Amino acid sequence: MIKKSSIAIEAFDVNKNYGATQALKGANFRAESGKVTVLFGENGAGKSTLMKILAGIEQPTSGDIHVFGEKVSINSPADALARGITIIHQELSLCPNLSVRDNIFMGRETLKRGFMNYAHEDEVTRQVLKQLEEVIDPKTKVENLRLGLQQIVEIARALTINSKILIMDEPTSALSSTEVAVLFKVIRELKAKGVAIIYISHHLEEALEISDRAFVLRDGQIVADAVVAEIDMEWVVSNMLGRAFKGQVHKSSGYAKGRNVLEIKNATILERGTATSKLFAVEDFSLTVKASEIVSIYGLMGAGRTELMEALAGRDDFARGELLLEGNDITKLSVQERIKAGMGLVPEDRQRDGLIHQMSVGSNLSLASYMSHIKYGFVNRSTEKVEIEEVIKNVRVKTSGHNMPIESLSGGNQQKVVLGRMLLTNPKILLLDEPTRGIDVGAKGEIFDLLRERAEKGLAILFVTSEISEAMNWSDRIVVMSRGHIIGIYNPNDVTREDIMSAAEGTKEGELV
Amino acid sequence: MKLNALKREESTGAISRFNRGAFLVEIRALIALAIIVIFFSIMSDNFLQYSNLVLMTRHVAMNAILAIGMLLVILNGGIDLSVGSIVGLSGVVAGYLMQGAPIPFTGHVAYLNIWAVLLISLLVGIFFGWLNGLLVAKLNIAPFIATLGMLYVARGFAKLITNGETFTKLDGKPSLGNTGFITTFAAKPFGVPLPIWVMILFAIVFSIILNRTAFGRWLYASGGNQRAAALTGVPVTKVNIGIYVLSGFCAAAVGVLFTADLHAAIPNMGEFSELNAIAAVVIGGTALSGGRGTIRGTLIGAFVIGFLVDGLVLIGVSVFWQETIKGAVIIVAVAVEEIQRILERRQKLKSAS
Repeated sequence: MIKKSSIAIEAFDVNKNYGATQALKGANFRAESGKVTVLFGENGAGKSTLMKILAGIEQPTSGDIHVFGEKVSINSPADALARGITIIHQELSLCPNLSVRDNIFMGRETLKRGFMNYAHEDEVTRQVLKQLEEVIDPKTKVENLRLGLQQIVEIARALTINSKILIMDEPTSALSSTEVAVLFKVIRELKAKGVAIIYISHHLEEALEISDRAFVLRDGQIVADAVVAEIDMEWVVSNMLGRAFKGQVHKSSGYAKGRNVLEIKNATILERGTATSKLFAVEDFSLTVKASEIVSIYGLMGAGRTELMEALAGRDDFARGELLLEGNDITKLSVQERIKAGMGLVPEDRQRDGLIHQMSVGSNLSLASYMSHIKYGFVNRSTEKVEIEEVIKNVRVKTSGHNMPIESLSGGNQQKVVLGRMLLTNPKILLLDEPTRGIDVGAKGEIFDLLRERAEKGLAILFVTSEISEAMNWSDRIVVMSRGHIIGIYNPNDVTREDIMSAAEGTKEGELV
Repeated sequence: MKLNALKREESTGAISRFNRGAFLVEIRALIALAIIVIFFSIMSDNFLQYSNLVLMTRHVAMNAILAIGMLLVILNGGIDLSVGSIVGLSGVVAGYLMQGAPIPFTGHVAYLNIWAVLLISLLVGIFFGWLNGLLVAKLNIAPFIATLGMLYVARGFAKLITNGETFTKLDGKPSLGNTGFITTFAAKPFGVPLPIWVMILFAIVFSIILNRTAFGRWLYASGGNQRAAALTGVPVTKVNIGIYVLSGFCAAAVGVLFTADLHAAIPNMGEFSELNAIAAVVIGGTALSGGRGTIRGTLIGAFVIGFLVDGLVLIGVSVFWQETIKGAVIIVAVAVEEIQRILERRQKLKSAS
């Protein structure tokens, strides 16, 4: 039995709806003082939503939050801070143009006779960085630090607040193993001081090492909780994925793979956000994708998959290495030139990078292939319309007409529009970054069916995913990345989810197939 | 452990290299200024004469005061197009009050002491700045649009007050106790015109605000990453309103100085001066995207613009060429920075491979 008084924060039946999507469905969660409580869950399970609610960034649609036994409503980050709740954000919330010291004291400036007390702030900054065993000048601008050190700054800020409840959302994604060890030492010190720590990480073993109690969130609900000493990795994984999990399996149906379409040779990409760092987000990545083949890239946050996709798409340069499309070097080509050469790109964030919100479904579809309908300087509307209606049928966009505004479609149908647009350019290879982010299960299946159909007709497909089930069910080969390197390339018929998951954590070497 | 030591070395290397980069941005504007000074001193014997330098610096000062206010707004990622009109409006308000302001329904006319006139004129600027701030921060209207609207509104009021005329009776009467407007606000303490003193004072005060107060840090923080600033408890809305208030205040100060300088309140005063202020800020190395920029750079920018224009007048270049050259200098100044960035990136990629 847990003593009532030791519970620092507790959530009762918390629901959170974003429009029609239910991110949390009656989640119950609690964290005790002097303990580390870990929250497990797959991407999209609702972990970050729950943490945002506890930190006052989002408000629950319904449900109660109790802090130290008292029912409260946490309306803003400032409100949370006043109640002793601090959050270390998964996405860094730093001002790159400010110094380390200024970021640590942002919003909590210390004053002396009305002016900034820089001497004091420098001193505190130096102390907290010493505690974290890092040597950084407090006056260094954050933009000049590599990602890992930026994360250290974010952690340092939380440590200087002396809060009673500390939420850490993926605090180690960019840290080296030495830095993780130091962080854990600090976490143990905080525990000893009676701080309640809520810890979220995709690195399961790491999380189990540091935590006392574990909760598992799946599809917006807490499905299991236990004392960490009594559980193991298997318990975590099976609860995260759901014991009764049955995925549709659409593995390669045995048709012959063709010639090499895309060859990535020793791709090396600089880490972003650092002005002069020579650290690599991706190092010596080599992969060949053949015609009719679907290859998936799976990795945890910070594995380098986003950076790789950006560079393949031509939005970032290779520091080293080359990229061949059907034997032609396209390393130096721009985004537009790559599309013209036969590379189709479906961006991760379709709202920001994919759709033109003011335009109709049809205009969004013909955006990339538009030029082919121009005759004597004018757009041939009739051939354009024929093509649009054909593709609406082919990619099964559910719309009452091509003149409908794009905003009238659901997320899944919008994604089909982005996909259909690229297919109209007749690509030889299609690159997709998280193709099913934020769309429902049914639409997910339809999109992958569509990809499989195209692959059978010879299209090569390379997609990045953070959901193991997608990689397992829809690809011919799974490339697992960790910390910028390929850990292994697997045949989905021969591996288990657990194998993939531990490979992604960098704990298990995979076999090359 | 070895890896860690390596990383540490790198981060300190980054510091020294960064400082060089920041230095280059400022030195670039200084080089431009040096070229202008050398070129015009060769072309004209009068350019470097004390009296000419004072005259030019007085012109610079008016623009620099506006540019300091503009800098605050741009640091936050905004823009203030209304400052030129606020110059006109507050100048006209000062002129109107000096003429004597009829009090409605009483038949009396109020003659205010010049300090009361100064105060009310400044409050007019502060009020319009506050309106800008509300539109931008509370109603989420794009700064460009909100202040564009205010540009017309304030200018319209200035013309309504004067009915399109010019107020010239600014001397006041000893019997009314309101003399000294021109002698005070166009004074020359120690032989140097007042606007130059005000520029120096504002530069010092605003440097302190930017570098030594919490408000200054909030400003850089919300200009650098507004979302992050808000999440850590920075009062971003208050900051956003505050900068427009300060910008309006700077513009009103220029309005009063300008009116005293001209010995007349003209409703068209300060037209297009917002554009010169923006140019000074940008030449001084401030990014329009916010979060980066200094008072020092802005002052150098104001001197570049002011000395260039006056120098061209001095050597007798036609008005049309003056504008063309001014525009080209603005573009070159900013293009150099971008070219520098491209070169640095290329260097970075080369050193990596």
